[in-house]
Amino acid sequence: MDWEIVIGLETHAQLSTRSKIFSGASTDFGSTPNTQACAVDIALPGVLPVLNVDAVDKAVRFGIAVGATVNRRSVFARKNYFYPDLPKGYQISQFEIPVVEGGQLVIQTGGVEKTVHLTRAHLEEDAGKSLHEDYQGMTGIDLNRAGTPLLEIVTEPDMRSAEEAVEYAKTLHALVRWIDICDGNMQEGSFRCDANVSVRKKGSDQLGTRREIKNLNSFRFLQQAIEYEAQWQIEQIEDGGRIVQATVLFDPDSGQTRLMRTKEDAHDYRYFPDPDLLPLEIDDAWLERTRQNMPELPVARRQRYQTELGLSDQDAVLLVSDRDTADYFEATLSKVEGNDRRAAAKLTANWINGELAAALNRAELELQASPVSAAALAGLVSRVIDKTLSSKLAKDVFEGLWKGEGSADEIIDKRGLRQISDSGAIEKLVDDVIAANEQQVADYLGGKQKAFNALVGQVMKASKGKANPAQVNQILKQKLDKS
Amino acid sequence: MIDSSLRALSDKLAAREISSVELTRAYLARIDAHNAAVNAYITVDPEASLAQAEAADKRIAKGEAQPLTGIPIAHKDIWCARDWRTTCGSRMLENFRAPYDAHVIQRFNDSGAVNLGKTNMDEFAMGSSNETSWFGPVRNPWDQQRVPGGSSGGSAAAVAAAMAPAATGTDTGGSIRQPASLCGISGLKPTYGLVSRYGMIAFASSLDQGGPLARSAEDLALLLDVMVGFDPRDSTSLERPEEDYSRMLDAPLSGLRIGLPREYFSEGISDEVRAAVETAIGEYRKLGATTVEVGLPASELSVPAYYVIAPAEASSNLSRYDGVRYGFRAEEYTDLLDMYCKTRAQGFGAEVKRRILIGTYVLSHGYYDAYYLKAQKIRRLIARDFAQAFEQCDVIMSPTSPSTAFGIGDRTTDPVQMYLSDIFTIAANLAGLPGMSIPCGIDSAGLPIGLQLIGNYFSEARMLNAAHLFQTNTDWHTRKSPVAAS
Repeated sequence: MDWEIVIGLETHAQLSTRSKIFSGASTDFGSTPNTQACAVDIALPGVLPVLNVDAVDKAVRFGIAVGATVNRRSVFARKNYFYPDLPKGYQISQFEIPVVEGGQLVIQTGGVEKTVHLTRAHLEEDAGKSLHEDYQGMTGIDLNRAGTPLLEIVTEPDMRSAEEAVEYAKTLHALVRWIDICDGNMQEGSFRCDANVSVRKKGSDQLGTRREIKNLNSFRFLQQAIEYEAQWQIEQIEDGGRIVQATVLFDPDSGQTRLMRTKEDAHDYRYFPDPDLLPLEIDDAWLERTRQNMPELPVARRQRYQTELGLSDQDAVLLVSDRDTADYFEATLSKVEGNDRRAAAKLTANWINGELAAALNRAELELQASPVSAAALAGLVSRVIDKTLSSKLAKDVFEGLWKGEGSADEIIDKRGLRQISDSGAIEKLVDDVIAANEQQVADYLGGKQKAFNALVGQVMKASKGKANPAQVNQILKQKLDKS
Repeated sequence: MIDSSLRALSDKLAAREISSVELTRAYLARIDAHNAAVNAYITVDPEASLAQAEAADKRIAKGEAQPLTGIPIAHKDIWCARDWRTTCGSRMLENFRAPYDAHVIQRFNDSGAVNLGKTNMDEFAMGSSNETSWFGPVRNPWDQQRVPGGSSGGSAAAVAAAMAPAATGTDTGGSIRQPASLCGISGLKPTYGLVSRYGMIAFASSLDQGGPLARSAEDLALLLDVMVGFDPRDSTSLERPEEDYSRMLDAPLSGLRIGLPREYFSEGISDEVRAAVETAIGEYRKLGATTVEVGLPASELSVPAYYVIAPAEASSNLSRYDGVRYGFRAEEYTDLLDMYCKTRAQGFGAEVKRRILIGTYVLSHGYYDAYYLKAQKIRRLIARDFAQAFEQCDVIMSPTSPSTAFGIGDRTTDPVQMYLSDIFTIAANLAGLPGMSIPCGIDSAGLPIGLQLIGNYFSEARMLNAAHLFQTNTDWHTRKSPVAAS
């Protein structure tokens, strides 16, 4: 029987504000436990929350970026449950009226575009951390994370495979970094997903009963967890069982999901509007101000690269995969010399997506930490365009740039890599080679094409690789044919 | 000295006729003599109080005094005060020392006032008789077999027993006005949002409002000048131009329109209370005021609406007392759930548990619409009633409480009867309006009767004016309880 997998994702993106969503404490990661928890964060008697406007601004940016409705009035609500790392005994979240409603994200899988619709995105605070290791029989509580701002982004059940879910998560991950609302650091938990997975027979328009996989903090785990869970559900049903709505956890070691709780023992969170906070009002001016401050979004940039600069779809997609790369591309291109901008763009894209990406990858560096600046790369590309450098020599110059030996021009001079395009100089080299290789000249004249290539190689060798190969070809041919 | 008004004390301090240390010692001596009987204070710390008094004397000597510099003030034990034990009347916080000052405490400290001690109260401000305190009931200085009212019963009793010249309180459903009435003193609950709730231990956040208790409206005005002020740490705090609440105390009352809600003069009021309130209104007519009957039809729903909204908010506000980070934790438990259950079973008293249960119930899935949402609708209706009434009048008057002080233990077995003690005061909290109680008579048992004034939003200065002129022309507010006279 043919099964269809149905997936919806809930993503918690930690908003990159300096202070917490309802207190002035710092949000820095990795500090000594409980040193970044102020009176509000540890819920002392009498303390009150005050909303961090920067967190709201970041939620608004997200709303604009995904074409959603930014609600002019939204409401903070209390989600009540007891847990030791939840100091107030409730989490401040948004329930009935979230700050962002609707919107969509376009993803690409296997060259096919698909639109994933968003249900909502709401602001809430993170809880602290319970530390079960290192405390024999006890639990340690670290409240540094308590009160960290989160944007919970919820999709419709629009995805149909683990690949689509991963592609959505990656696209969302790139977007939140692009618009500078989340650092996207998955190891530190700044971006984590819950996946709602159900299965149904192909052709059915009824949704199956879903199970929610909690807290997936890598794309690989997301993929593995969904694949395992879907297969498990299919087997259950095929074996005559039925799916019970539940929350499950993914164990990366076994690659399996296991039951955490069923709907029967789910909490009744007793949501109600938080009386300590006024409804969040966002006026036109605020919305407009934020709109003005938005960067050009990846989709718009990609289109511009293709239509204005003539880049291929593949090049453009790679360049807009994150904002650092796109910005680096534009910074480089703006400094590349030459009148043919399309050619300059193509060559710049090749260098960034090719040599630079490979070098960064080998060195395990992010683009921001690249030893080759945009200006330096532009110097290199300019010398390739004006034919000072052959592509082979350019690679040597790139190596020099990477090692910090100076600008492209300095390296060319220092290493003597300037391409020899002076006909007189090349003619002299050719003459010398012809004189010294009588046998090969004779072979060529006797019709052996291979001998010609060997002679070209001799000339290039004599020039230490610097002779313009096209010119060498031309001059050698002329001279041999004349002789 | 003990009988002087705050203004007179302020003048004597400024003239160096008395020192703050002398004044503070005098009140500490009164506390020492009478607290065993009245139980108005949970914590006194003479060393800390006298250190503040000494600092105040230096400040006065330098000529940098403000009106309340050097004057001892008692604080309801709901306000966090740095290094002071802050219990909220509960075993849960029996040994909790606040590491920070509430906004109100900070403002009193900045003004140079002396913290005289922390007063007894119903546990987490839940009660109308001060009998729910973990630290034992407060006794009414007029009759020690009777309650002082609640929840600011310790503050009211302290002032009525001359164990403090003035005190702070909080009012969620009448907790300043009802004890003021039962103890024969003056008390004011300001417009919601005027006094910061930062550092005030929350009961029902949308209703809680701090305010002063004192012997006269004139004193209340001085206290209000210090207590009111914008605080960015409280999102419900209102940013308003600074006011001098004494500025119109003596303005003539001619033209003042008094609204008399017919629903507040119906059945359930004791005859003596009704008579005293009617006499007081007669006094106002003599002073040039006119009266008009107004209707507050939704107010009969105020008690049920209140007992949905307040417990709902409380059930959530009190979740932080879980034994994890501070406060009481049960000694023996088997696991996390057991720790929660035993800690909260042993740490909270019966009334607090009752309200947590009610609040949890009304917020539960399937009941939320029927209870919580409906109560919020009633709340809006009540506010609308008042808005209409204030088109016809400037201030609404009624009894503060349907009866005078009742006996200790009389109503503890019947929560509904207890809840009805606040039947006339609750509506002002639901609407966020300012409310006041001033003494207006003594019943045949020798117990004080209170007159309630409810004003429109931000009309505190006018209410104080109305109360002050009444007190200028009557002497009910100068009557002394037996303890104060001893």
